[in-house]
Amino acid sequence: MTIHTPLNDDNARPAGAGSSAEASGDHVASYKADLSVNFAGIRAPNPFWLASAPPTDKAYNVVRAFEAGWGGVVWKTLGEDPAAVNVSSRYSAHYGPNGEVSGFNNIELITDRSLEINLREITQVKKDWPDRALIVSLMVPCEEEAWKTILPQVEATGCDGIELNFGCPHGMPERGMGAAVGQVPEYVEQVTRWCKTYSSLPVIVKLTPNITDVREPAKAAWRGGADAVSLINTINSITHLDLDRMVAHPIVGDRSTHGGYCGSAVKPIALNMVAEIARTPETANLPISGIGGISNWEDAAEFIALGAGSVQVCTAAMLHGFRIVEEMKDGLGRWMDSKGYQRIDEFSRAAVPNTTDWKQLDMNYQVIARIDQDKCIGCGRCYIACEDTSHQAIMHLAKDNGTARYEVKDADCVGCNLCEITCPVEDCITMEVQDTGKPYMNWMEDPRNPHRAA
Amino acid sequence: MTTSSTPSHWAPSGLAEEALSARFTDLHPALSKRQAFIESSRCLYCYDAPCIKACPTSIDIPTFIRRIHDDNLEGAASEILDANILGGSCARVCPTEILCEQSCVRNQGDECQPVLIGLLQRHALDNAQFEAHPFTRGASTGRRIAVVGAGPAGLSCAHRLARFGHDVVIFEAEEKAGGLNEYGIARYKLTDDFAAREVEFLLEIGGIEIRHGQRLGDNLALASLTREFDSVFLGLGLGTSHALGLTGEDASGLMAATDFIKVLRQSGELNALAVPRHAVVIGAGNTAIDIAVQARRLGAQTVDLVYRRGEEQMSATHHEQEIARANGVMIHTWARPLALDVANDSGRSEEGDDAALSAMQFARTRVEDGRLVDTGETFTLACDGVFTAIGQGFDDASLSDAHAAGLVREGAKIEVDEMLRTSLPGVYAGGDCIARGQDLTVQAVAHGKLAAEAIHHDLMLKVEAA
Repeated sequence: MTIHTPLNDDNARPAGAGSSAEASGDHVASYKADLSVNFAGIRAPNPFWLASAPPTDKAYNVVRAFEAGWGGVVWKTLGEDPAAVNVSSRYSAHYGPNGEVSGFNNIELITDRSLEINLREITQVKKDWPDRALIVSLMVPCEEEAWKTILPQVEATGCDGIELNFGCPHGMPERGMGAAVGQVPEYVEQVTRWCKTYSSLPVIVKLTPNITDVREPAKAAWRGGADAVSLINTINSITHLDLDRMVAHPIVGDRSTHGGYCGSAVKPIALNMVAEIARTPETANLPISGIGGISNWEDAAEFIALGAGSVQVCTAAMLHGFRIVEEMKDGLGRWMDSKGYQRIDEFSRAAVPNTTDWKQLDMNYQVIARIDQDKCIGCGRCYIACEDTSHQAIMHLAKDNGTARYEVKDADCVGCNLCEITCPVEDCITMEVQDTGKPYMNWMEDPRNPHRAA
Repeated sequence: MTTSSTPSHWAPSGLAEEALSARFTDLHPALSKRQAFIESSRCLYCYDAPCIKACPTSIDIPTFIRRIHDDNLEGAASEILDANILGGSCARVCPTEILCEQSCVRNQGDECQPVLIGLLQRHALDNAQFEAHPFTRGASTGRRIAVVGAGPAGLSCAHRLARFGHDVVIFEAEEKAGGLNEYGIARYKLTDDFAAREVEFLLEIGGIEIRHGQRLGDNLALASLTREFDSVFLGLGLGTSHALGLTGEDASGLMAATDFIKVLRQSGELNALAVPRHAVVIGAGNTAIDIAVQARRLGAQTVDLVYRRGEEQMSATHHEQEIARANGVMIHTWARPLALDVANDSGRSEEGDDAALSAMQFARTRVEDGRLVDTGETFTLACDGVFTAIGQGFDDASLSDAHAAGLVREGAKIEVDEMLRTSLPGVYAGGDCIARGQDLTVQAVAHGKLAAEAIHHDLMLKVEAA
């Protein structure tokens, strides 16, 4: 077995482009796991790809990303000339309690550079970095001729695949592109078919989350012959307002508009949509490139376990720079080693069978909260949360020294996890499985279900 | 009463004014906006929060910290001031390490790092931008209340009474209001004219008049106050410092720590202030630490702090002891003052033959059968200055008029009930002059507030009864 170092999956690096670590010969063995992927026929040294977005707008950035160790990039969406024109300003953010960015919003359009420049740069970069996945994102009007024209030009670059941008929620729909297409399954199917007709490249259909049921466009993509889907694109959003000027951010002059939301805040939404497609029989074999708030190796592992064959990252790179991929690769590799996974596909989709409909859950399963009194710091957060908003299952008792003691009333605890969630101390409140002595029984079998089949 | 001028054989340190001033800026620098934001996010917004219970004025700490985090500094400041109108000085002088911050749940478990409540409180009060005084007066009650002493207890009481709609006259012996905040707190804890500005802010509520140069037992009598006013609140300070009881205690060079701090706090130019070169501090409370650290910062080459018992018995908090050590104060425990060595100072004194201190002798002590006894060993510390900080006493002279003499006392101090009523009808007392005083600014503020509630309650009962 080869010993992978954080950089040794970059063997095909062009001469002179090596990182300082490689140049100095400083190899530190970190993990044994093989992070390489073959996603819908597209090979990459690792599953971490940069999503189609500002970080992949031009050769300069993409080369820096490859030097930093990214396994692939989806080049920022190309369109017909004349190129799109962007406004100033373009981004805004939703902040967490420590001032950290939890969600990110943008009103940028697709590339604002000419098709010719982009194609020339893509050709050169792919030539220089043959081992990396280089996928080109495309968005042209929903007309066969437009696709027929651009596809051969793109294929001539030597790129590994194309991604159809049906998701961009701002600006482009007003031009009959992006989310406007992605929200109509028939259009998705049609455009996918054109792409399969006029190109031999793998076609990845990028799905918009701004739709009631993401499974429908996924099925349409499958019917159209898509090789894979990628999701989610950004979610329509307004992050916050300037309450003095009464205008939302980002501010352009004295106005604003909704943008597309991404970053760690959207991860739960994205994970669910990935899982929905992975566990739907019609799309169960459709490769998925997971996108949505992936900020660290654990996020990536979760997407992969729920059905993704590769992951795409943007916000984390925009917030921390390309170097963040090293942390992702190192963490994932070490975790895989600890679990005995030698390859990504050994745990890919491993959590899909355990993701089910509510009606399949075991009605006889019971957990009860336990408060470790040695760890409890007496903040009372569990108490007030349960008392005000849940099941009044925590007692507030006075200790001899005047401080408070909190205890769970077992009989009233429904095992909702709220106290565990509010507790600021690690492992202080745990949810303990109760031995009810009862067998698995789902809602369809439950006598309390009025619609139970006899 | 001891003199308020410095001994004639002391001389200015010779240090530049800029260097000295730099030593008397904030001991703990204020938080930046960013630091306050991050620190405020550490507060867990506890239910039944222990920090509130630990605060004598019961400031709703989780609420004001939440408001800081929500960028609502005016809301945060209002919450603090509603409970403690002197929250600004308390944020600076409170021994938070034995009050709110000691009880912070973040001390527990693996964290051992309380939320910096004092600094956050200061941040809110320093940065809140009020367009007008945040409290309004209730409808005038027509009642007039005398407050004796413009220290934290009296000011707190007066403000609360003014909020109720009463008219207040404060009688203050000194030229400035503020009490210990103005005259007694270490200069690096309450810097520049903060104490005066805080009083100015407090008076913005209206309905409070301060009459200076009015000293109870001197040119002011309790009998006339009770006659002229509907109620009287006594917020008297501790006017005397305990003496060592040694021969030669009137020697030049021996000074009560509080007297020197008063001079220091009122000094415009620190490089003009005479300081001893080798100082000895007797005592183990926060005042002892304050004088020791300030003497060092003023340029004393050595400062020896001597206490007759051990570190554990010192009333100065561990945090304060650490500050002293960090400032080069030598702490000697288990030693008690034995004698003062005085020599005729022929060189310096222009007055003539003042006996000036040259050294102090100590007997080493230990505990035997629960009693402190001498070990038989002695030692001598050469010094040209001795600061005594072994406690202050209530100045009986202030309660010398016939009416005041009728106040029932608890020890030397004034006896009060749980609502701070004294034995005389319509007379209330709080702060350091009552037995339960803890020598804490925040405690005095709490007393003033509680007494105001009691006064208001009692007066309004009379209205209803009438």
